[in-house]
Amino acid sequence: MRIIKNKVQQTWQNRFFIITSIKMDFKSRFSRSLFGSVWAILNPLVMVAIYAFILSQIMRAKLPGIESAYAYPIYLISGIIGWTLFTEVISRGLMVFIENGHYLKKLPFPRSNLIFVLLGASLINSLILILAAVGIFLSLGFIPNSSLIWLIPLQILTALFALGIGISCGVLNVFVRDVGQVVPIILQLLFWLTPIVYTINIIPEDLQYLLKLNPVFSIVDMYHNILAFKIAPSLQDLGVLAIMALVSNLLGFMLYQKAYKDIVEEL
Amino acid sequence: MSIVSLKSVSKTYTEYPSFYHRFLSWFGVKNSNLKRHVILEDINLSLEKGEAIAFVGQNGAGKSTLLKLIAGVLSATSGEIQVNGKISAILELGMGFNSDFSALENTRNTLSIMGYTPQEIIGAMPQVKAFSEIGDYFEQPMRIYSSGMQMRVAFAVATVFQPEILIIDEALSVGDAYFQHKSFDRIRELQKQGTTLLIVSHDKQAIQNICNRAILLEGGGIKKVGPPVEVMDYYNALIAAKSHTDIELKRMDDGHLQTISGDNKAKIEKISLFNSKGIEADELAVGEKAVLEIQVAVIEPIKQLVCGFMLKERLGHIVYGTNTSFSEQALFDLNTPQKITYQIHFDTRLGIGSYSCSIALTGGATHLEENYHWIDLALVFKVINIDKTEFIGSNCLEPEFIIQRG
Repeated sequence: MRIIKNKVQQTWQNRFFIITSIKMDFKSRFSRSLFGSVWAILNPLVMVAIYAFILSQIMRAKLPGIESAYAYPIYLISGIIGWTLFTEVISRGLMVFIENGHYLKKLPFPRSNLIFVLLGASLINSLILILAAVGIFLSLGFIPNSSLIWLIPLQILTALFALGIGISCGVLNVFVRDVGQVVPIILQLLFWLTPIVYTINIIPEDLQYLLKLNPVFSIVDMYHNILAFKIAPSLQDLGVLAIMALVSNLLGFMLYQKAYKDIVEEL
Repeated sequence: MSIVSLKSVSKTYTEYPSFYHRFLSWFGVKNSNLKRHVILEDINLSLEKGEAIAFVGQNGAGKSTLLKLIAGVLSATSGEIQVNGKISAILELGMGFNSDFSALENTRNTLSIMGYTPQEIIGAMPQVKAFSEIGDYFEQPMRIYSSGMQMRVAFAVATVFQPEILIIDEALSVGDAYFQHKSFDRIRELQKQGTTLLIVSHDKQAIQNICNRAILLEGGGIKKVGPPVEVMDYYNALIAAKSHTDIELKRMDDGHLQTISGDNKAKIEKISLFNSKGIEADELAVGEKAVLEIQVAVIEPIKQLVCGFMLKERLGHIVYGTNTSFSEQALFDLNTPQKITYQIHFDTRLGIGSYSCSIALTGGATHLEENYHWIDLALVFKVINIDKTEFIGSNCLEPEFIIQRG
């Protein structure tokens, strides 16, 4: 209990660093660009536009449960919001120690700050994307309902689940840089193994259970439910996600605890 | 209570043959075949509040690693480190600046990592800017800075709030003379207010001026602790013993090629420089009495033997030179085998800086007549000013000002 209390206290003392760092994170990403944070939204939206354009022929049929002529883009955007958050946290986790090497090697400070910066920056990026998406939905005449509130726990649990995976990969990446190459490839595979650009019913029914083994499936499914189908996610799915988040973080932080002495030396 | 205390601290780097071995080691799988590099071994140290400690020693002695352990950037392999105070540290010549950001943004970032509030940081910003004196560059990205300018910002950031412990690793030697001076003034000011100072430096003069204790590290252990002068003398002797036993060094440490010439009818066997205490040294204080000793072996019978020496300053200009022919002390009709020792007693009336010494054995007043053995850069020593009035140039004239007013 005392450890947790100390940790909370320490984090509170370092709140300015965390806030400044999140700000600087945005600034550094766009430090030499003219349009700045527009790119953060533009990137996933262009992706949506491309898929919507190319696949609109195949997906012309109305999706059951979405009462809009633009059912497919709405479905697509909803899934991509969840997917983007998941992958962003993992990608940042993958690089968190390497990119902050200059701090780790030269300044004494609580290392957990880096984790809060990572989570904060990713969640804010995701929030911007959600706001942009809701704007697009409204302009398409599609009005989200109160189940939107479920995005709050879902966002947090998704980010935490990805955090544990990201930290584990990040630790390994310090020592074996191949990890940094392999993870994006795995993520790409996972993207196509998750019903984001397609719907689950185009898969033969007796094979659908295979897709459901993919942990990201239920995450994206919940985003679909909340945003596109306007229904609350099942508490059971959220509960399972919470347990997965717990397990992935236990794994990640155990690995970090074992490796932290070696990390600074290796950087 | 000591502000910093280390109890049997060791630091070992383990070389793993593959990541697999390292990975297993995290989970307690022991492997006895691993190659270990001991950086520091069994360091016991206790520093009191307000002390100024210099860590000296050759490259690779473990100085920087020790400072990183104290700063908390690295963790010790074994032992216990206790630090009771807020640390501000310039390690590896920097404070983790991001070169895409300006000094302003980096200052804000670094100070907020160090735990200061936005109000405090805004309040300190003009001070950092003023102290670093880099003008409009302060708002430009740091990638266009010179290393000296980066150093200025780092030092300004590290010392803008009074730290309880200030750690500076080598950084002070990067800045120009003006900024060095300014930094030392700031350090003294902080010292007066009670800051404990830990520095690594090769600037012996600075160490002797600022520090109350010096710690000599050698091969990962503490070799000597004591007043700076004493430790530096010991350190110099250690270096002298290393470099002068074998005089036939061809390539100098600074990359200069040492030229040795002569027909070897007589040979210079050993050259040593002793300070006023009679200790072999590579450093003299301005005005100090010193002895240059040259041991010569006569290999073949010689009609006339003249020994000369010449001092050159850093750029190679001759500062002084004479020989035993000019002093009418040439030796005649020497038989073999024979050993001769020349002792040149002199007062170090030289300005601060580095000097090299050339030694020659010839058959007359100039080496054109007969050259037995001639060694350029035979010995390099430094002159530091400890107790004389500050002055520039390579001659110590010790003038007296007589001022009349009215």
